[in-house]
Amino acid sequence: MSEKKLIILGLIIFVVIVTFPLWYNRGKAAPAPERILTDKAKAAKVCVRSTDYMKAEHMQLLDLWRDSVVRQGTRIYVSPSGKEYNMSLSNRCLDCHSNKAEFCDRCHNYASVRPYCWDCHIDNPKETS
Amino acid sequence: MDSSRRRVLQLLGLSALGLSVKPVLNAFAEEAEQQAQAQIKRGENALSAQQWAMVVDTRAFESEDDFAPLIEACHKIHNVPVLENKRHEIKWIWTDHFHNAFPGKAARFLSEEVEKRPFLVLCNHCENPPCVRACPTKATFKRESDGIVLMDFHRCIGCRFCMAACPFGARSFNFRDPRPFIKETNKQFPTRMKGVVEKCNFCAERLAVGQLPACVAASDGALTFGDLYDPASEVRELIRTNFTIRRKQTLGTEPSVYYIV
Repeated sequence: MSEKKLIILGLIIFVVIVTFPLWYNRGKAAPAPERILTDKAKAAKVCVRSTDYMKAEHMQLLDLWRDSVVRQGTRIYVSPSGKEYNMSLSNRCLDCHSNKAEFCDRCHNYASVRPYCWDCHIDNPKETS
Repeated sequence: MDSSRRRVLQLLGLSALGLSVKPVLNAFAEEAEQQAQAQIKRGENALSAQQWAMVVDTRAFESEDDFAPLIEACHKIHNVPVLENKRHEIKWIWTDHFHNAFPGKAARFLSEEVEKRPFLVLCNHCENPPCVRACPTKATFKRESDGIVLMDFHRCIGCRFCMAACPFGARSFNFRDPRPFIKETNKQFPTRMKGVVEKCNFCAERLAVGQLPACVAASDGALTFGDLYDPASEVRELIRTNFTIRRKQTLGTEPSVYYIV
């Protein structure tokens, strides 16, 4: 039974190492990024849907838009308030939210999601080259 | 009336169950309401047809220079890259010689004029498209509403079965990231990424806002665009009054691009 001490010591070291990230980073959680709106987005007040809906469901909305535009050829979205929008990521969404780096990327980085929209869609149609 | 203790307890239990179900039903009702509120519709100016078709009056073109503005117009608005390496080349609309464009129709001895003249070729938007049958992900599909053979680049996995299936060589594969090779980017239209196939889309994005395809608009009347199934349409009028041929008609894909030779 001479190894008893060694085993317990080993176990303690193991537990300490495994839980290291937990207690080392305790209380230092990165704060959620703040939403930064452009002047144009502020002036518009409402997006195509309510802010809460857009925060939670914008990916489903974009997915619906893409299927609808590409596959059905229906390109006009009539929001619950009766306003009509051209369903286009580059030409509609980014028309107001022209600050992709601040508006899209910060939150996506925070949530560690990597949408591949920008492999094809142009991230700032307003920018003149 | 024998309302025993058991009966009363049963009724109480049922009522409690009923009450607990209500909020769940309410939640569902709210969700359905939210969904029903937003609607999707076609644009008011959108052009529509049963099957879009094109008639190319080849007599109006003599040399490559006559085609250049059409090809330029298309490739510019669709962000088609220019790759020098022929094996990486991307093309939506291009020219070919008669015996390549219409194999089987070229006699041994041809009119010199037809033999030398280039012909405009593009995706034929077949009525019976073999590329659509070959696509394993339904990235390429024939749009029910107007017969355009379209690509959903989001779904393309780059297997290139469609390229093997297309008898017209109308499809190009992005072997490289196309972005550095686009001379002038049209910011209204997306680019493609490495590993997807692309081809002519009959300017579906222009038809949706009431404009004719870019090549037709740039052709000065040499290209005509319209509904193949509308007997009063301009394309039908041209087909009725001129002798027209189609590419590789014997394959049975029913191309929608007609050529007046």
